[in-house]
Amino acid sequence: MHRDYDVAVVGGGLLGSAIAWGLGRLGKKVAVLDEGDLTRRASRANFALVWVQSKGLGMAAYTGWTVRASESWGRLAAELKEQTGLDVCLQQNGGFHLTLGEDEFEHRGQLVTRMHNQVGAADYKMEMLSASEVKKMLPMIGPEVSGGSFCPLDGHVNSLRTFRAFHTGFREFGVDYLPEQPVSQIAHRGGEFELTTPKGEIHAGKVVLAAGNANQTLAPMVGLSAPMAPTRGQILVTERTVPFLPHPLTTMRQTDEGTVMIGDSKEDILDDRELNQGINAVMADRAQRMFPHLARLNVIRSWSGIRVMPQDGFPIYDQSVSHPGAFVACCHSGVTLASNHAFEVARMVAAGALESGLVGAFSASRFVMNTAAAGNCHH
Amino acid sequence: MFKRSDQDQRPSVQIFVDGVAVQARGGDTVSAALLASGRDVRRKTAVSGAPRLPYCMMGVCFDCLVTVDGVGNRQGCLVPVAEGMTIEIQKGKREIER
Repeated sequence: MHRDYDVAVVGGGLLGSAIAWGLGRLGKKVAVLDEGDLTRRASRANFALVWVQSKGLGMAAYTGWTVRASESWGRLAAELKEQTGLDVCLQQNGGFHLTLGEDEFEHRGQLVTRMHNQVGAADYKMEMLSASEVKKMLPMIGPEVSGGSFCPLDGHVNSLRTFRAFHTGFREFGVDYLPEQPVSQIAHRGGEFELTTPKGEIHAGKVVLAAGNANQTLAPMVGLSAPMAPTRGQILVTERTVPFLPHPLTTMRQTDEGTVMIGDSKEDILDDRELNQGINAVMADRAQRMFPHLARLNVIRSWSGIRVMPQDGFPIYDQSVSHPGAFVACCHSGVTLASNHAFEVARMVAAGALESGLVGAFSASRFVMNTAAAGNCHH
Repeated sequence: MFKRSDQDQRPSVQIFVDGVAVQARGGDTVSAALLASGRDVRRKTAVSGAPRLPYCMMGVCFDCLVTVDGVGNRQGCLVPVAEGMTIEIQKGKREIER
């Protein structure tokens, strides 16, 4: 069997693209096996936050992983600009989660306290600010804003341009992007992998499963597991307006080109071809209570998208014991963690082993242990 | 430059373009009135600042965006003129308060 590639990355979304770009950067011969344009693609539906605050409640290791990503995003943006000429407009001057009314303020304060008290969590300096303190940084807030939490590490980016920059970078690194080639089977023979696609077989020394929610189906083919629980989210976009929002919020951000994106809904429905207008109405109402001037702007676009979501909400990075050289990677925060995927995960895959000190906590074995623990509770 | 037809007998309607009185005709759209005014009515686009004039005149291209009676980003080709209407040529992005 002849080997076509050092590594085959299954999935050409933001996560697979970041890892493939990172592998190409290290001189590896890489193929990206992707589906087509009609694929449900979180990479084109996301909200584009590079977000730290409130991540990792329930898994301390996720806070450190997220802070690491936030800190190396600047280097990623600079390397992409240098290589492709594309400015991904990374802005990291801190972000807010605003609250409406006293109950929300109190609830958010409790969350901040729980985050601070979590043993082993990275301190990312999230703090509660009163309405008057918020107003000094966001002068256009309305009277219903009771305050909010602020984290100086938070930011946002032009995620569509980031996606494009990775794919542009592929060409210089000699990464082969192969669309319309979903993988239906993976065989492991003679220390190499054979991936079956509608256009034939691809052979590679290693394989990285980065197919989002489809990892659940692919992972067992190489002795891995990736239990997923996708959800649907909706986003509203207004017409362009002059810059008025100097910091991104968890639920709202103004893009580098002037549009305002609004959205934080979560539904179990997995059809992204329609919108729940009731949810859009609630999101728009909350947005204009936070910033009353928004009421004058027209909404010009709205869409729903399917989130990639591991069952417990935390990332999965794992390597196969039975199929050495097979890796799985999936997470909800493909934008925030893009720098880690491009630099750290790519480096570890190239070296042939995940480092337990860096990503050991994210092994899917945690699901097995949790099931066993839950089982014990019943007895 | 556009020139009005001598056959056009429609009644005159006065509008104000960046504060200057302009004679339009009843039934004109804002875009038609601006093009016929003989003035420089080029707007600047929101992102790159490129100059633009009304183009498709049928609601599709959004190149005619203009501030009408204090409301920004209106499609001038879809709004009929009215007596005393105030028009401002947009330079860049819509202001959030208007």
